[in-house]
Amino acid sequence: MNLFDLQPDEWQALLLTLKVAAVALAVSLPVAVLVAYLLARTRFPGHGLVNALVHLPLVLPPVVTGYVLLLMFGRKGPVGAFLSDTFGISFAFSWTGAALAAGVMAFPLIVRPIRLSFEAVDPKLEEAAKSLGARRIVAFFTVTLPLALPGILGGAILGFAKAMGEFGATITFVSNIPGETRTLALALYTATQTPSGDLAAFRLTLIAAFVAFAALIASELLARHLRSRLGGADA
Amino acid sequence: MLDVDIAGTVGSLEFQARFASEGGVTSLFGQSGSGKTTLTNMIAGLLVPQTGRISLDGTVLFDAAQGVNLPVQERRIGHVFQDARLFPHLSVRSNLTYARWAGRRKGDRDLDEVVDLLGLSTLLERKPGRLSGGEKQRVAIGRALLSDPRLLIMDEPLASLDQARRNDILPYLDRLCGEAGIPILYVSHSIEEVARLSDTLVILSDGRTPAYGPVAEMLTRTDLGRATGRHEAGALIHGKVTGMDAAWGLTLVDIGGAVLQIPDLPAETGDTVRLRIRARDVALALEPPKGLSIRNAFEASITSISEETGPYAEILCVLNDQTIRARITRASVADLDLAAGKNVTVLIKSVAIDRRQRSLV
Repeated sequence: MNLFDLQPDEWQALLLTLKVAAVALAVSLPVAVLVAYLLARTRFPGHGLVNALVHLPLVLPPVVTGYVLLLMFGRKGPVGAFLSDTFGISFAFSWTGAALAAGVMAFPLIVRPIRLSFEAVDPKLEEAAKSLGARRIVAFFTVTLPLALPGILGGAILGFAKAMGEFGATITFVSNIPGETRTLALALYTATQTPSGDLAAFRLTLIAAFVAFAALIASELLARHLRSRLGGADA
Repeated sequence: MLDVDIAGTVGSLEFQARFASEGGVTSLFGQSGSGKTTLTNMIAGLLVPQTGRISLDGTVLFDAAQGVNLPVQERRIGHVFQDARLFPHLSVRSNLTYARWAGRRKGDRDLDEVVDLLGLSTLLERKPGRLSGGEKQRVAIGRALLSDPRLLIMDEPLASLDQARRNDILPYLDRLCGEAGIPILYVSHSIEEVARLSDTLVILSDGRTPAYGPVAEMLTRTDLGRATGRHEAGALIHGKVTGMDAAWGLTLVDIGGAVLQIPDLPAETGDTVRLRIRARDVALALEPPKGLSIRNAFEASITSISEETGPYAEILCVLNDQTIRARITRASVADLDLAAGKNVTVLIKSVAIDRRQRSLV
């Protein structure tokens, strides 16, 4: 057993982590874009409350968030029971619950840069789009969204990284079940609690570092491409 | 055509505007802060007036009494903004065709035709970030033209450009105003641009529209002194180029009853031209003077003299239906015993007729 010889359960943890983070991001990103747009461009009653709710997971202890999720989305929780009865979707002690926990914890980190980039798009450009006949939704998809892409990319990278490393809310909500909810972070924790787990812990650390590094490089390349596509100057 | 009668309060400005335009180029003229952009934004639908009514070509765009307020995207008004507002992530070509692919506007105007009219053929694949200020404005004008507009609003399209860029773009505006075939609402605080481009003039002053009418008539109104700007006040006259004096570099322009000699006029024999003569460049004499360097001197009769509190008087003289405006001191009016109905010799300094103030009509 050497440093680069991944054990089956470690492979499993890596693939599970990527799956959990990808699903968490895929579901929360569109919602985050919508919420960020509403926060940036509209004023409605309860604006401040929504803003506070979005940021709550950032300031609450993750264990608290996990426990709240357990209360609401657990088998006996009001939302969990409803979803289970109506759609057959169950979160309790399954990887979907891990994805939910990761998505909720990552949400504020995804919303923030997207909101900032929406605020940086000149609303006068949207006025110009409307004067050319575009409805608000069309103006959003053809002008606002493309111009906010760098911020959306930033939010997605940050959210993906957060989702991959999420620990406290996950272990509280869906426990630490090998092959089901044991992501890299949880596997690493388990390894450190095992007398002969040093080498495994080190391997898992390297994997986590490698994946994070690859994501950063990819985002940098994508951001560069986006910047050149935007012409690199304002008009 | 365009009928506007609206009122409201915007910020600290009490707003009350009423004018009508019968097509062609209508200029909205006023000093900075007089509410020009507010008014155009209300016509475009970007701002909502409190009361009143706006209609265009028989379509009601806004009517407070009936609760009508057509959204911007349904007004079919092409809007050329002061700051161009091109979409920075799209090529010039995609900017120009935006109304087609995002706004579902059709229109019979051809992309190639507009590209030709505005000289954009070499810019099509560029991003707006790589265009000069004048090029951006030309693209913005083209983009608005291609949105199948019933009215084109141009909100000080030259204001953010330096004089050299303005001179680059003005010939395009001349062609546009002549050839576009759409009514244009041209906003400006430059009387030169207004005199050069427009048919109808609407004066805007402190949020109000004290007067509107044909541009030549409005420029000879002496009661609008402050609103039209004293220093630049002048009259528009029409003439026909009858010949050239190549030896001295002079162009001869017949203005009906008199022939002006104008240096460096970029026109050819047979052209109809529009000239603006500033009141301060016109002098009056009781008899044809001798031994004078001023070449343009002819008989005209005084129709009105308006004296105000300052040292100056504004005099209107008529020569074959054309009105010329002169600004001389009240002291001279008294010395020469000038009065309405009296015949005088009008002296115009040829050199004072500036090239920028001419336009081929």
